[in-house]
Amino acid sequence: MTAPVYNFAYLDEQTKRMIRRAILKAIAIPGYQVPFASREMPMPYGWGTGGVQVTAAILGPQDVLKVIDQGSDDTTNAVSIRKFFTRTAGVRTTTATLEATVIQTRHRVPEAALSADQVLVYQVPIPEPLRFLEPRETETRRMHALSEYGLMHVKLYEDIARHGHIATAYAYPVQVASRYVMDPSPIPKFDNPKLSNCPALQLFGAGREKRIYAIPPYTRVTSLDFDDHPFEPYRHDASCELCAATDSYLDEVITDDQGNRMFVCSDTDYCEHRRALGHGPIAATQKEPADG
Amino acid sequence: MYVAVKGGERAIDNAHALLADRRRGDRDVPAISLDQIDHQLALGVDRVMCEGSLYDRELAALAIKQARGDMIEAIFLLRAYRTTLPRFGASESINTGAMDIRRRISATFKDLPGGQVLGPTFDYTHRLLDHTLTSDSDIAPAATAPADQATFRSVADLLAGSGLIEGQAEASGEVGDLTREPLSFPAGRDLRLQNLARGDEGFLLALAYSTQRGFGRNHPFAGEIRYGEVEVEFFAEDAGFAVPLGAIALTECQMVNQFTGSATQAPRFTRGYGISFGQNERKSMAMALVDRALRAKELGEETGSPAQDEEFVLSHSDNVQATGFVEHLKLPHYVDFQAELGLLRKLQAEFFERQAQSGTPKEAIMQDAAE
Amino acid sequence: MSAPAFGMAFASQAAFRALMECLSRPGEIRTLEGVGAPPPMAPATAALVRSLADYESPIWLDPAFAAAPAIAEWIKFHTGAPIVAAPDKAAFALVADSLAMPTFLKFAQGSEEYPDRSTTIIVQVERFAGPALTLQGPGIETTRDFAAAPLPADFAQRLRDNREMFPRGVDLVFVTGQAIAALPRSVRIVEER
Repeated sequence: MTAPVYNFAYLDEQTKRMIRRAILKAIAIPGYQVPFASREMPMPYGWGTGGVQVTAAILGPQDVLKVIDQGSDDTTNAVSIRKFFTRTAGVRTTTATLEATVIQTRHRVPEAALSADQVLVYQVPIPEPLRFLEPRETETRRMHALSEYGLMHVKLYEDIARHGHIATAYAYPVQVASRYVMDPSPIPKFDNPKLSNCPALQLFGAGREKRIYAIPPYTRVTSLDFDDHPFEPYRHDASCELCAATDSYLDEVITDDQGNRMFVCSDTDYCEHRRALGHGPIAATQKEPADG
Repeated sequence: MYVAVKGGERAIDNAHALLADRRRGDRDVPAISLDQIDHQLALGVDRVMCEGSLYDRELAALAIKQARGDMIEAIFLLRAYRTTLPRFGASESINTGAMDIRRRISATFKDLPGGQVLGPTFDYTHRLLDHTLTSDSDIAPAATAPADQATFRSVADLLAGSGLIEGQAEASGEVGDLTREPLSFPAGRDLRLQNLARGDEGFLLALAYSTQRGFGRNHPFAGEIRYGEVEVEFFAEDAGFAVPLGAIALTECQMVNQFTGSATQAPRFTRGYGISFGQNERKSMAMALVDRALRAKELGEETGSPAQDEEFVLSHSDNVQATGFVEHLKLPHYVDFQAELGLLRKLQAEFFERQAQSGTPKEAIMQDAAE
Repeated sequence: MSAPAFGMAFASQAAFRALMECLSRPGEIRTLEGVGAPPPMAPATAALVRSLADYESPIWLDPAFAAAPAIAEWIKFHTGAPIVAAPDKAAFALVADSLAMPTFLKFAQGSEEYPDRSTTIIVQVERFAGPALTLQGPGIETTRDFAAAPLPADFAQRLRDNREMFPRGVDLVFVTGQAIAALPRSVRIVEER
């Protein structure tokens, strides 16, 4: 029994080549889910193995890596994945969005505008946007082939009939370059507009489901909607308690047993950056009452 | 004043230190050795090797120890190690007909060439807790007989010889490998069998059981179950011939099932096949039943039961995938939850507004909801 | 953790990353560190082949490449990739004689269900100059001009036909010495000069 020796960024070169070939196809066919022979990673399926494999396949020694989960660099899974790459690739890591060349994320798009020198890698649990309407891969694959997306519109319309609104708050389906309907991963729909015409390349990795897909830079991405029910991003109607931001996505934090709550930026780097620039807490009187 | 939570890294390090401490447990109790696990928890080692898809008793024992006896965690450890190993190619087909038999039984013939060999089995043990095992009691060595070089032709082969059962599926071209190519549907039988061999024992057991209770019944007879050692050979390009790599223990199950036939073909029995590393009859038998159930369409039978649904079975059989995704719900989801909460509050507000316009007081509605 | 020599891993990564950027930004030219290979293989072609090809990705050689036996040997030795005679069985096609490049339909186009099962054609050209095509599509903010020479006279039409088949089709990589550019199947020609 000998201790294993791992390659740069953990994956062996053959695996990286296989993933790289899939990434190239994904870029050439925006929004199409390319099957790839996802490997067993030393972390559980569903915990970012797809994102980790994509990051490992693109990462080089010159890269600066940022890892976020729920917008934060300090959530346990983000810490764990960052540590994995520090150990296996020895790359420089950062929490500053602007400094990073590769950003791996779960459930959020950073607030700061991304640049052409950056790649955003999303962790994806269920890559198939039609999966909850049709559980069979054989069927959904046919629907994508024929651009047969009526079922999705029916579902969204049923929501409207029942609730008066499209009842999807996250993982809100998009259409990429007027062709493929795509799952943007479980980001809040607040983040959907950031996917469109983004200067950075966006890659999506689903390890357990063995799919990779991409949105090339400057690609039009539209959220599905109806003329009489246009897509609307949602954010809590409040400002961040720490930096007073009124444009960022907010986390609600429960502060006591009486149900009092407050709001803080979900993107911790954005919040810290603003505070460093002198933006401070808002006056207590502006707080939203507990039963909102 | 609220301060954002920090210290994830330290918390993780501390949690891992605590885990290592709990794994070791009471330091006055001697640490368990890999040999002890290998020899005394041998069937656990077999299962971990099989579903971990790596035949290495020592590593499997290590995985069980590291996983504190959590079998799926141990299987996961072995898989994650396996994936880093270089792949040199595929072995030659193993010949289970040449198996060095430890156990061999048939439920279809009272006696047959080679005979019934019970071997080490729980069958016919009375499940009474044996309190002598609470201490290290002396166990007398088992009686042995001299090896008689008897041949054990498989029951299915004997039936095939007289045309009563379909022939063995011919391997067509290169055998697939779902660890190198993502599965797509419909999958060939090679990939189905690979998937089932790696599949969760409990999942396959439940599916197999469901076929017996009528959800895709296929009238099985345990034609033969054999357990023993088989030589593995690898064709070496340099040498130009197959070189033996060693022997592995296997359990093979050949089910004889529901016959089929047509206007042009005489009726004959069909087959279901199961195999697993080590001694695991439950797994091999369940696999054979599910394999046969998945052939329903090919054999022109009625389909629609869970065990006959290829996409359903193959997509959900892997316990490493399943546990990962089920347990990932532990990860923070507060961004999505907040989005959902926002939506729900808005829908509620609109609902109550509508009710207010129609004159029903909010309290009455809340009361309704509570009843 | 012990540190094995990562030289080859780093070189592969750099070549891949350059191509990934080029495919993401159609028509943009990047240089990469080439690798020595027998003629007529350009250093950048060699770097891409070593970075992307292995036993799972069959390669087709155009007659100009096939005429040099050292090429097939070099590919087999460095990548283990099988050389195939049928262009529609190839994951990668290497074209040394750009003027004589076969029509795209000879290569794998993928299917409607699996458009990714298609050939990527790596074409060696003399220069990134000549009559320009003005392009639009994913990866291009407004428009971008692209020129390479020599190319078949009907190249623009071939590219239009390729776009017509989307999501099926082939992806193109162009190489001069150490520089590369790419045209994924998603590009549209808006003007021809």
